[in-house]
Amino acid sequence: MLRYAARRIAGILLTLVIIVTLSFAIMRAAPGGPFDQEQTLPAAVRANLERTYGLDRPLFSQYIRYLRELAQGDFGPSLKLRDFTVTDLIAQGLPVSLSLGVAAVTLAMLVGIPLGMAAAIRRGTVADRAVRIWLVLGIALPGFVTGPLLALVFGLYLHWLPVAGWEEGELRYLILPVITLALPVAAYITRLMRASLLEVLGMNFIRTARARGLGEARVLFRHALRPALLPVVSYLGPATAFAVTGSLVVETVFGLPGTGRYLVQGAVNRDYPLVMGMVVVYASLMLALNLLTDLLYGWLDPRVRYD
Amino acid sequence: MTDDAGVLSAGSPPSRGLWVDAARRLVRDRGCLVAVNALMLLTALALVGPLMSPYAYDRLDWQHLATPPFSSGSHWLGTDRLGRDLFVRTLYGLRISLLIGVVASLVSVVIGVSWGAIAGYAGGRTDELMMRFVDILYSLPYLFVVIILATLFARGSLAVLFISIGAVGWLTTARVVRAETLSLKRREFIDAARATGVDTIGVLARHIIPNLIGTVAVYATLSVPQMILFESFLSFLGLGVQEPLASLGSLVNDGALEMQSAPWMLLVPATCLVLVLLCLNVVGDGLRDALDPRER
Repeated sequence: MLRYAARRIAGILLTLVIIVTLSFAIMRAAPGGPFDQEQTLPAAVRANLERTYGLDRPLFSQYIRYLRELAQGDFGPSLKLRDFTVTDLIAQGLPVSLSLGVAAVTLAMLVGIPLGMAAAIRRGTVADRAVRIWLVLGIALPGFVTGPLLALVFGLYLHWLPVAGWEEGELRYLILPVITLALPVAAYITRLMRASLLEVLGMNFIRTARARGLGEARVLFRHALRPALLPVVSYLGPATAFAVTGSLVVETVFGLPGTGRYLVQGAVNRDYPLVMGMVVVYASLMLALNLLTDLLYGWLDPRVRYD
Repeated sequence: MTDDAGVLSAGSPPSRGLWVDAARRLVRDRGCLVAVNALMLLTALALVGPLMSPYAYDRLDWQHLATPPFSSGSHWLGTDRLGRDLFVRTLYGLRISLLIGVVASLVSVVIGVSWGAIAGYAGGRTDELMMRFVDILYSLPYLFVVIILATLFARGSLAVLFISIGAVGWLTTARVVRAETLSLKRREFIDAARATGVDTIGVLARHIIPNLIGTVAVYATLSVPQMILFESFLSFLGLGVQEPLASLGSLVNDGALEMQSAPWMLLVPATCLVLVLLCLNVVGDGLRDALDPRER
């Protein structure tokens, strides 16, 4: 398993290099540059700026330089927010986005797994129908619709919770964003859980367990639950990735100081280092999550072998 | 509804094809039928509705600024803060959203099917290289790719939107199509075709791809709401369709900014968006169940 992990990590590094190369190429192929929007800079000033940031050199040498600095963990300076390095900006915003994402996935599991189990056990009843309506709704509704609607109802009409804002991460300000982010993930987990538990409950070893005279609860929790959880576990990596990127939407809706705005601003302003830094951070996060999911999968299901 | 089922079953001989079977199951799925009808109604409204209203989508009515729905005799669903008719704007937005959804899905289906079919049929090195590329794109957060593509080229141009949205949606289709192609290409009728001298392109176009249509139809239907979501999301961030044009996403964004004083500006387009997404998802799910009844 260690060898497997080592080989996967090598693969991840290679993937990252390719991703950096691709995004570097796309960014530079696009028209416009970081200093275009500023009020008609004198040519000398502009040339000076470009020299400072090394933008006057040949593209290939800029690319090599970026890779070398990245290998040392340096994302470079932001070309627009000139008082900050990209590392500063990410270090400020990432904890916000990450905690939103993790909280949302946790909430989604706490809601989705029991709901899915209940629907599978009571298949065909009114409860199952209700759950299936919730599935369709939860998966179809985007965060930028549910977010404002939740804010309208719970913030403006009922005055239970603040409409937007952050206030140093005070809990009240987090509830609506986390719910918004968790809704589609919860619906998806419910769907996976319902389908997989239904499948497991139809298997022979469950019939055997029942034939041995075990109570329904014992059959469910001791025998059926663990194999039924596998699809949910394998969805956790993509779910967390979805939640962390999806927090971009929620951050915009609720005005939270996460990393989302940097990506949009950075791309609009052609702030090359900022966008590259964001892409690298998020891609590494996704790759790491996928690896973690695969390892967890093997631990839960002894039939999985790494080679 | 029962009439349709009756007609279909009366006309079908004992050995029914995949499509007849699927159609029977689809017709029996009541939720799906309702969704199909609702979708047709919404599409018709989007196409015809604006023509029946005296207002253009960008016409400013200074007598009726930010009027709530049903309050003035002239604007059914109210107006925005510039006095533009919300009913007409929402229908225009719906039109653009549907157009983008369909075109971007087509783009992504064409890329996905050709990529997957070629990789699966070629096999070996080519397959590995092509699918590794898909894996790499998978590990890029798709929202990022859409945002980067949409901001890097001419802002707000519909063609750029189609391409950038379609360009990220094809990955799943490519994977599924490749897997199906792998199993198809070992079948006897492919050997027979090759033995009679059909070349690779002919085998792909005439024998492999027609056999994939069921799967592809499901993915295409399910990807339309995805594409609409991407577009709405871009417009929501201000990167998509530009004023005075509107898409459902940009209308929801405008509405969210004004929801304190004019909640209908949020509620009208949001309801419309939710309805469309809901219907498309229900139809996609229904189609999948109809073509592959093992799922339920």
